[in-house]
Amino acid sequence: MSQPIITFDKVNKWYGNNFHVLRDIDLVVAKGERIVICGPSGSGKSTLIRCINRLEEHQQGRLIVDGVELSDDVKAIDQVRKEVGMVFQQFNLFPHLTVLENLTLSPMWVGKMPKKEAEEKAMEQLQRVRIAEQASKYPLQLSGGQQQRVAIARALCLKPKIMLFDEPTSALDPEMIKEVLDVMIEMASQGITMLCVTHEMGFAKAVADRVIFMDQGQIVEQNNPHDFFSNPQSERSKDFLSKILGH
Amino acid sequence: MAAQTFQPIPPRPAPVNTEGPLAWIRANLFGNWMTSVGTVVLGALLLWIVPQLLSWALFRAAWAPNADACRLDGVGACWGVVAEKYRLITFGRYPFEEQWRPLVATVLMVGLLVASCARPFWKPWLALVWVAVLGTFFTIMFGGVLGLSRVETDRWGGLPLTILLASLSMAMAFPIALVVALGRRSNLPAIRSACTVYVELIRGVPLISVLFMASFMFPLFMPQGFSIDVLIRVLVGITLFAAAYMAEVIRGGLQAIPKGQIEAAATLGLSYWQTQRKIVLPQALAIVVPGIMNGFISTFKDTSLVTIVSLYELTGAMGLALNSDADWRPFKIEGYLFIASIYFIFCFSMSRYSHWVEKQVNRSKLR
Repeated sequence: MSQPIITFDKVNKWYGNNFHVLRDIDLVVAKGERIVICGPSGSGKSTLIRCINRLEEHQQGRLIVDGVELSDDVKAIDQVRKEVGMVFQQFNLFPHLTVLENLTLSPMWVGKMPKKEAEEKAMEQLQRVRIAEQASKYPLQLSGGQQQRVAIARALCLKPKIMLFDEPTSALDPEMIKEVLDVMIEMASQGITMLCVTHEMGFAKAVADRVIFMDQGQIVEQNNPHDFFSNPQSERSKDFLSKILGH
Repeated sequence: MAAQTFQPIPPRPAPVNTEGPLAWIRANLFGNWMTSVGTVVLGALLLWIVPQLLSWALFRAAWAPNADACRLDGVGACWGVVAEKYRLITFGRYPFEEQWRPLVATVLMVGLLVASCARPFWKPWLALVWVAVLGTFFTIMFGGVLGLSRVETDRWGGLPLTILLASLSMAMAFPIALVVALGRRSNLPAIRSACTVYVELIRGVPLISVLFMASFMFPLFMPQGFSIDVLIRVLVGITLFAAAYMAEVIRGGLQAIPKGQIEAAATLGLSYWQTQRKIVLPQALAIVVPGIMNGFISTFKDTSLVTIVSLYELTGAMGLALNSDADWRPFKIEGYLFIASIYFIFCFSMSRYSHWVEKQVNRSKLR
């Protein structure tokens, strides 16, 4: 295995006093690795990846991302967020800005890039997700699939080393899921580290190096996709797979 | 089941015509028997009232500034009261021969306000223009330089005072309201509670008592020989009052922004202030344009309360002009209609402007 880029070391998190959402998470992600995380709702998979860019705080254990340990230190958080892009289930595009402005916002204001250069880079990313002709529209004028592709392009504008996907296709009409997955599959071939919470098992089979199955805040099982789908080890994952694949 | 073949159906026009004036009348005035009855009753009422109103206000009205002419039998509205008193009403107790000064000042100020509303002027230098115009306003009004005689603020009055109080308190209340609204959502308990206390204290008292405190109580707490002009004190009072209400309006807009927007901004590396400025506030303010304009309009009208601390703005100057003059006192109604129309022109313009702003900020929601 090549060098680790994300290390969870006995990470614990609670919501309030009683809801133990992450329990002793130990996970090492190698540089360039593509991981799919699945599991029933409430199992902590979104929380897990949201800890990586500190949208959620862990309360126990250590979490090291690209050599930086996450803590209350704001500088460390900023540093990590520079390296980590994220795509949300609800897209979270900025509706008052055009597609192009959504993409250039961070390079211009955080990266201090001149407007012209930022726009050129943004157009490159839009071309990559095959949506360049929509650059001057507002997000709400696009379909869900197009919006999600814009969101992916926006995250890529920061040239992140790590991309997090939080159920990127769950809010999409069935007809639009493929166009988003195609973009993600293409990304996966370019060596970026990816962690993706999804129930798209076809995607997992096509690109994942490793599938992680979570339940009740724990990592129940992890394996390469072929073995995970053909020969799940635990009862819980067998049950889960029969439910999502069996219809 | 037999095999189905898909047959596309070409679009057909609607069976009943839904466009044009006739269709509008049918739909809106005579849609069913209830609306038809309503239309007939209201129509009859209008036919009865409007001619009488026109007759009183126009055909039988007395226009000359002659109180005796107004007292004749059969005379309708006495607009002579306006012709006679308009300078006292619009400029209050400002020295009569010097009233070109408040006129110039008012024109400048209204020009500034209108310009500030137009997109081509939304540039950083607009702030400098504000400073320049306000400086000129106070210089012309106050005098004491450039050969202008000095006129103390307690003699300022009428429309210039109304416009000055309203525009300055709105311009100052808005940024305060922004900061307080953000403060009430701060993670720091000290800031949060300070902002909450401010809002609740101000909202808990009527504007009149704020003005009383500003004009009568505040000087008692000041050291001997130290005083702030009553106009400034009243201005600060109105500003703090308007800001508290506006802060709550803006906070309503802030609450409406989904958490995902802030999370997305965070993952893009934006700082707290960048997030507020580029993501949260533009969307939140767009939502609360009607509420903010509501606040502006009511502030504009609330300035009439400063009469109770002896600053005679438009409404106060109107009272001043007629109460002491037995000849004209009976024609107060006409006088009040006159200033009502001035208030209406300003408030209606603000309302139309707010409509335009709403359209501008909601362009991104059009499909």
